[in-house]
Amino acid sequence: MKIEKRQRDGATILDLQGRITIGEGDVALREAVHAAVGEGATSILLNMGRVRSIDSSGVGELVAAYTTVTNRGGKLRLFSMPSRVLGVLQITQLVTVLDILEDEDEAVASLA
Amino acid sequence: MPEPVQQTIRLSIGSRYENIELVQAVLDETLESLPIDEETSYWMGIALREALANAIKHGNGLDPEKKVDVCLAVDESGVDITVEDQGSGFDPGAVADPLAPDNLLKTEGRGIFYMRRFMDKIDYDFGADGGTKVRLHKKFGAPGISAEADQGGANED
Repeated sequence: MKIEKRQRDGATILDLQGRITIGEGDVALREAVHAAVGEGATSILLNMGRVRSIDSSGVGELVAAYTTVTNRGGKLRLFSMPSRVLGVLQITQLVTVLDILEDEDEAVASLA
Repeated sequence: MPEPVQQTIRLSIGSRYENIELVQAVLDETLESLPIDEETSYWMGIALREALANAIKHGNGLDPEKKVDVCLAVDESGVDITVEDQGSGFDPGAVADPLAPDNLLKTEGRGIFYMRRFMDKIDYDFGADGGTKVRLHKKFGAPGISAEADQGGANED
């Protein structure tokens, strides 16, 4: 998986591309979130728009990212969820826990 | 579409995550000629990946010398996927419900749940000398995601 980092209005945005699956994207996501937190980021947005698929390990990393950031008093949001990725989160009721926004503008606005 | 041709494909892979891609490619190729829509194929692929990940990680403990045997079998009713590891087995009843409020934010424990939802039936066989064999079945014409995860006891990750 490829991850690019950028800033917008005080938020750190991670643009994810590829699969968040075991042995591949899960580790990359963990490292990217930890790096952002280590650099002092308190508002992290995950752009899911180009995530092709996710498995239980990837879901676990999303949960870990959420708890890592929120336990430090920060905010983590996801936006532009592909329908199948959203489906995986819905099945395990994580849409009730994670903050999922429609698009980037909405996600940035939610941090205000 | 013509009647599905009965076929059986067997693969044996070392316990490395990158081999999951190889097996999924074989599944995708196999499903292309069958009366299974793209959406259902996608979810079957995720179920297969979960079974392989469990076998590699929990079953074989990421030991590349230990093999995972895979069998894809097509008959007139549907597709059977069997994944067998060389681990020490596990208790299907001992895994927590990932939907329980206390478990929602756990980082593991959803894989078997997803398999149940994306396939019509799953069951397990534990060999006398160790090893776990999980069998996943999908009927032709069944929806991609089942309404409920009701095929028996819970499992590992």
